[in-house]
Amino acid sequence: MLGLIGKKIGMTRTFTEEGNSVPVTLLELGPCVVTQQKNNDKDGYNALQVGFQEVDEKKVSKPLAGHFKKNDLKFYKFLNEFKVGENNLKEFDVGSELTVEMFRETELVDVTGVSKGRGFAGVMKRHNFSGKNATHGTHKSFRGAGSIGQCATPSRVFKGKKMAGHMGNSVTTIHNLEIVRVDKDRNMVMVKGAVPGHKNSNIIVKKVKQ
Amino acid sequence: MELIDKIGNEGKKKDVPDFRAGDTVKVYYRFNEAGKTRKQIFQGIVIQKRGSGMNSTFTIRKISHRIGVEKIFPVHSPLIDEIEILSRGHTRKAKLFYLRDKKGKKGKVRQSKKRTLKAYKNKE
Repeated sequence: MLGLIGKKIGMTRTFTEEGNSVPVTLLELGPCVVTQQKNNDKDGYNALQVGFQEVDEKKVSKPLAGHFKKNDLKFYKFLNEFKVGENNLKEFDVGSELTVEMFRETELVDVTGVSKGRGFAGVMKRHNFSGKNATHGTHKSFRGAGSIGQCATPSRVFKGKKMAGHMGNSVTTIHNLEIVRVDKDRNMVMVKGAVPGHKNSNIIVKKVKQ
Repeated sequence: MELIDKIGNEGKKKDVPDFRAGDTVKVYYRFNEAGKTRKQIFQGIVIQKRGSGMNSTFTIRKISHRIGVEKIFPVHSPLIDEIEILSRGHTRKAKLFYLRDKKGKKGKVRQSKKRTLKAYKNKE
């Protein structure tokens, strides 16, 4: 579905008219520019390639610079493809601008970002294991996982067993977040709830499939 | 960060009085019950103020029928009509959680000699 590339600004809260507090995340989205159209005949699928954040030519690689120059476009730091229907292909030519005006208040969106890295995390933090007893003779292992399998049968540990390891810093999508407010002048969208990633990290906001 | 200050704080109230932990205040607020809006007053000592901007809240403690009652209000909630300051307290701490363990006279906050209601009026 069609979407925009942007930046996470941070969280705050707003109040509804009834006085209920709503936790919101501020997102700065676009304006993005269509840099390439992909169609079914040539590429096997319909999509719009979209660029965000204008940069100097020196800041992009030479192959990418050539890609932009082909259509007399400016240079963009971030590119992303959105799979779209054919009617969207006709509507948005290469070079046309996408802004937050495509979103409406109370509409649902999916937000993709890179989650905060937690480093090498133990099993309690990573998989919500309950750990071990604090007393009753527990020796040295208070936050361990316990047994990871049986004995002679199967005499191995099953694949995908939940264990300690690297946590976070992975592409994460949160589905069906409600848009609380759209500010066209500042290219800003307020979304209800939390969004993966640090402040100022890049995020992709997509419309939800109907 | 600029944006969050500008847009995130747009709903901020401008007429919030300057009160601190230790002050005795009267909060006039509304709430919805069974579809109707009702008004109520909560009076007590402010035992903490926390957060910044839209996220700031304050906690009020009072003794009701010998039982301690605490209520947390968001400072910028539209349901709060007015915050009236009754007296200014003298405290050595910003968070007065020790009041929860004190009884009788020790559970009170002494009035400030410098920060009197008069002094604040003259400032304005």
